[in-house]
Amino acid sequence: MIVIDNLQAEVEGKAILKGVNLTMNPGEVHALMGPNGAGKSTLADVLAGHGDLTVTSGSVRYYDQNLLDLAPEERSHAGVFKAFQYPVALPGVKNAYFLKAAINAHRKAQGQDPLDAFDFIQMTKEAMVRVGMDESFLQRDVNVGFSGGEKKRNEVLQMLLLDPKFAILDETDSGLDIDALRTVAEGVQSLRDSKRTFLVITHYQRLLDTIKPDFVHVLANGKIVKSGGPELALTLEDQGYAWLSDVEGHNDKS
Amino acid sequence: MTTQNQAIEDHLNQRYQHGFVTDVDADTLPPGLSENTVRWISAQKNEPDFLLQWRLQAFRHWQTLSEPQWAHLHIDPIDFQAISYYSSPHSKKDAPKSLDEVDPKLLETYEKLGIPLHERAALAGVAVDAVFDSVSVATTFKDKLAEAGVIFCSFSEAVQQHPELIKQYLGTVVPYRDNFYATLNSAVFSDGSFVYIPKGVRCPMELSTYFRINAANTGQFERTLIIAEPDSYVSYLEGCTAPMRDENQLHAAVVELVALDRAEIKYSTVQNWYPGDENGKGGIYNFVTKRGACRGQASKISWTQVETGSAITWKYPSVVLQGDDSVGEFYSVALSNLCQQADTGTKMIHLGKNTKSTIISKGISAGKGQNAYRGMVRVTPKAKGARNFTQCDSLLIGSSCGAHTFPHIDAACDDAIIEHEASTAKISEDQLFYCLQRGISEENAVSMIVNGFCRSVFQQLPMEFAVEAQKLLEVSLEGAVG
Repeated sequence: MIVIDNLQAEVEGKAILKGVNLTMNPGEVHALMGPNGAGKSTLADVLAGHGDLTVTSGSVRYYDQNLLDLAPEERSHAGVFKAFQYPVALPGVKNAYFLKAAINAHRKAQGQDPLDAFDFIQMTKEAMVRVGMDESFLQRDVNVGFSGGEKKRNEVLQMLLLDPKFAILDETDSGLDIDALRTVAEGVQSLRDSKRTFLVITHYQRLLDTIKPDFVHVLANGKIVKSGGPELALTLEDQGYAWLSDVEGHNDKS
Repeated sequence: MTTQNQAIEDHLNQRYQHGFVTDVDADTLPPGLSENTVRWISAQKNEPDFLLQWRLQAFRHWQTLSEPQWAHLHIDPIDFQAISYYSSPHSKKDAPKSLDEVDPKLLETYEKLGIPLHERAALAGVAVDAVFDSVSVATTFKDKLAEAGVIFCSFSEAVQQHPELIKQYLGTVVPYRDNFYATLNSAVFSDGSFVYIPKGVRCPMELSTYFRINAANTGQFERTLIIAEPDSYVSYLEGCTAPMRDENQLHAAVVELVALDRAEIKYSTVQNWYPGDENGKGGIYNFVTKRGACRGQASKISWTQVETGSAITWKYPSVVLQGDDSVGEFYSVALSNLCQQADTGTKMIHLGKNTKSTIISKGISAGKGQNAYRGMVRVTPKAKGARNFTQCDSLLIGSSCGAHTFPHIDAACDDAIIEHEASTAKISEDQLFYCLQRGISEENAVSMIVNGFCRSVFQQLPMEFAVEAQKLLEVSLEGAVG
């Protein structure tokens, strides 16, 4: 169980998250929507442990651990995965090498022996078929010269390989064509099980058509202002976020 | 003249008069440099007169020179009279008797580099006779080379055994008048390596100084000469992949390569001398002149260097492309961490027709390190059809370091094709965070990115060397981030 309690965070002295409360159980898929600048990506970064962010108040309980006490790589080892909105290029570092380094870092943290080259290739090739990437990607430098869609597929590939307990997808659907979108959605669907939690940050209903979240939340001005079932996403698709200021006002009064 | 200087003079004269006496005490000469020092060294080595005369010419010329100031380096003045010009820092007398006596910090580094135990002993300068099976290794190795007609020995030995070759080639690539440090080396060089590959022979193994350095501890002014006769091939590896115990401040070596018709010389260096401490105290001043002459038609000389050590590196392995269709290559990784300064690069001088050169330089700066690439591509009027490709990349780690590029292109022939690409990148927080989020530690992330950056150069190194170079970078970059 993941419990975000009154989480407040700032970037360079500017408050971005102003008291986020959110509880997520194993097996659940939570969609996080909201206007630009609401703090969605900041929340994803705080959960993953980005150094530019300062948590000023609140806590994040991650199963039996205090997530905020863990270093970013320890969070990764503990099963927190973030698919980046803008995956970073690593010139000169081959994708195969990077994937293997990541997998073996996880195995090491779990006290397992490193994967040998044969098992690694087999496992990776299977996963690549699932995300519609051909093998040539293994020999290319990480995200160097990748198209938008290729980068996002590569993120989903890493998610499949690292098998996280808590996956955060930060606008993984933005800038994707229909095919890539379907691949991403199917990648998430295939990982859905009773133990895994997803936090899917998105602007669009179309990803949620396939993924079908259990809960939809709206983050606005650093707070979750509205939560509901999948139907909330449809309402947002229809009406936008404008009506939410009332909701926020209403909450403040109560 | 002070009493002390008088004493030195006496000492020198006395030694000289006594001629060729060699005993343990004679292994080290008191500091100071004069014509007598040069004579003493030459006599000590029982050199033929032509060599003594050559040394003396160099010395007299050196007295008219002053140190070059053009490099992007801050160098504290060097007192050339305070240096001992003949010393065996690794002399058996001072050497540790066993690994227990070696600085644990040094051993730790070897451990990290994964160097086998017996090699560690040899590298640390332990008197290895008892613990090291190098004797048998060295013997098989010598037999194999002798069978092929390859000569691989110390420079001093070559002077005794093959004076005609020395006389024919010494100073023909790097003349004694070349530059301040090369001139100094010409006057006082103590030892070095000599390689001769006969016509049509492909040297059956990679030659490495590691094998030889045990036999003769080369001092701070070594001199290497490699001659490849027509249609021959040799790959030569230089340097230790571990810091030397050497505490001498100044290291001024000269390397000369001669490639005749269709011959190929591949020269690889991994240099990791003491870089000094975090505050820039101590460390080796590495002033090296390396040059190859592609004298024959379709000959090829390839320099590959991985420079991670030394407080100051001043080094420009160059190729003079004399023969038509000859090829020159320079692949370099230079790392400056701590307070290290590196001013390194190459010169490609195109003289023959259809000559080709390739320059790939990767500079990495971390800590307070300063890294400069300095290169020259010169195409002379007669060098029809010359081609050069230069790629020169810098990687910055942290915000207190610097990268500088000084390319110089001088094309005097209309149809020369010269390409120059350059880039500067910084390891960004975002890159690190991306790796961390995937569970990769910061140290591994940095070394992964750095190794990726250097890949095109490491590919040029012989396999085992490439692995060691990679590890060496990791060790040298420890603590560079965070």
